[in-house]
Amino acid sequence: MKKVFGRTRTLRDTHTHYCPGCGHGIAHRLVAEVIDELGIRERTIGVAPIGCAVLAYYYWDLDICEAPHGRPPAVATGMKSVNPKNIVFTYQGDGDLAAIGFNETIHTANRGENITVIFINNAVYGMTGGQMAPTTLCGQVTATTPSGRNVKRYGHPIHVAELLANLPGVSFSSRVALSDIPNIMKTKQAIKKAFQVQMDGKGFSIVEILSPCPTYWRKTPVESLKFIKEKMVKTFPLGVFKECGKK
Amino acid sequence: MGKVVINSARCKGCGLCIEVCPKNVLVPSSKNNHLGIYVVEVKNKEECIGCSRCAIICPDAAIEVYR
Repeated sequence: MKKVFGRTRTLRDTHTHYCPGCGHGIAHRLVAEVIDELGIRERTIGVAPIGCAVLAYYYWDLDICEAPHGRPPAVATGMKSVNPKNIVFTYQGDGDLAAIGFNETIHTANRGENITVIFINNAVYGMTGGQMAPTTLCGQVTATTPSGRNVKRYGHPIHVAELLANLPGVSFSSRVALSDIPNIMKTKQAIKKAFQVQMDGKGFSIVEILSPCPTYWRKTPVESLKFIKEKMVKTFPLGVFKECGKK
Repeated sequence: MGKVVINSARCKGCGLCIEVCPKNVLVPSSKNNHLGIYVVEVKNKEECIGCSRCAIICPDAAIEVYR
């Protein structure tokens, strides 16, 4: 019998601290597989965020730099400027990218820095205890919105992929989901495309990944995937919002 | 046909693989791993078609598939 699926080289064989059913594990594996398929492991540098993925440097067998909360795009800009031959990507959550680090994100995208951003959108702050994030859905119950997110008081969820697609420096902007097998395969294709855009020197690329957080959605892992399919994609429609060279 | 091997030390028992398996090969077990988690086990071995769906959805890369 031939092995048809196994752990890829870039993904370290170690126990992760993520909760059962967390989407980070799937996203980590997809990023690792893409890096191995493109053969860029030796010249890739990742930037880990603050948030649940803060320990990502233990899980990828890559050079990884840890950045202060929200600042991975700024750190990545520096690393890419020093040695443009390196492939630099950031891996950020919604609290990191869309809240405290939105300034860095917008300006890095606007400058068209040739980096890749992997944005994990799970609609809550995971590491700090499930508080409301900028991407929390209308009416969603979190630790700080016990009666559901009230749009009048807290505003609307931020649509990062659409927002950044409007900037001229952005070459690739896409939203995908980890809700089922076909969507996981599409997520991998989107991540691959984003890395290829960077390798071709076309500019900023971002992949927004809708990811389950069973613990703070207070659902089972299986129910969480259904929540993405039924509720989350209504607020955050999937698709490619910008692709360089295509209309 | 196919064969799945589950690394019990990495399994967190989330059950996503059980949900996506088209042939009901995987079941929750009553065995604990070193973290005290009830891991998933392979029950209907001969039914496996090696489609890799369980491995693709596994958040902990705990499943290897042979065909």
